[in-house]
Amino acid sequence: MARLTGRSGLSRLSPVRQQALSVSLATGAYGLSLGALAVAAGLDFWQTMALSLIVFSGGSQFAFVGVIGAAGSPWAALGTSALLGVRNGFYGVTLAPILRPMRGWRFVWGSQVTIDESTAVALAQPENDADARRTGFWWTGVGVFVAWNLLVGVGAIAGQYIGEPQAWGLDAAAAAAFLGLVWPRLAPRRAQAVAAAAAVLALALTPVLPAGLPILAAALVAVGAGWGGPPVDLDPTEAPV
Amino acid sequence: MSSYAWLWVAIVAAGVVSWLTKATGHLVPERWLEHPRVHRIASYMTVALLFALFAVQSFTSGRALAFDARAAAVAVAAVLLWRRAPFIVVVVAAAGVAAALRALGWT
Repeated sequence: MARLTGRSGLSRLSPVRQQALSVSLATGAYGLSLGALAVAAGLDFWQTMALSLIVFSGGSQFAFVGVIGAAGSPWAALGTSALLGVRNGFYGVTLAPILRPMRGWRFVWGSQVTIDESTAVALAQPENDADARRTGFWWTGVGVFVAWNLLVGVGAIAGQYIGEPQAWGLDAAAAAAFLGLVWPRLAPRRAQAVAAAAAVLALALTPVLPAGLPILAAALVAVGAGWGGPPVDLDPTEAPV
Repeated sequence: MSSYAWLWVAIVAAGVVSWLTKATGHLVPERWLEHPRVHRIASYMTVALLFALFAVQSFTSGRALAFDARAAAVAVAAVLLWRRAPFIVVVVAAAGVAAALRALGWT
């Protein structure tokens, strides 16, 4: 990184733009994994790209692919990905006062790139610097969109040449990817309890429900845990979950 | 319709739902969603679903519970995450552990 910020490179950009670009590049690694795992789960190249371009929310995409990979129905995959995307709706509420006015194509694109990373970088800028917040949102949103989709494509192409996914341990890679995605959110005690209860419920229901539904059922744990208790903030992380 | 076509339908539907969710946030008045209960549920939703996905992906095979090479792989992944290894290192290491154990005959 130090090398990149040398005299002629990133240092010409303002700090918020540098941050946006480094976050965008960092998500590439997740995209690479997603592309390979999607093909291993049974999506073809164009399905993988369509999922990535139009869903464009890392957690929702990993979930969709995970449910399909576990032999779940397309509807269970759709439901799980939709519930994991709920978070983005709340980001829009927080961002709206910063980004207004947005009309036409600007609104279409602004909505599409309302994700963890763009929200995190925008809100990391000083509260009284609306320009930096807007710049952070747009540069990160568009930067992640480009880097993410490019590397999902590379991962999907690589995945097609891999052959038997299990021999390469790709099923274990998918499991590790989910653990890596949720890891930054597991610091609070209550989050750990929610995670444990969700895992126990999903595993207990696996023998009795069709594939995919035990994962969806874990949403009930979130409803139960969130019904009462102290207020929590919806903190975006810079990881695509 | 074939299962391939239904998968396409679900992908496009997931995209439409995803965009509508994002767009809704920009349009609704803030006070509609500022109830603490709504915030808590949305926050725990991510943790619950991702961890359920992790558990099912790690410890089931079809409709049975399973304890195989993946368990060792995710244990290694957990240690690496705890040591703050980058995401891609964690994923590749887990794949490597599972692949190596299977090559040695442990399913």
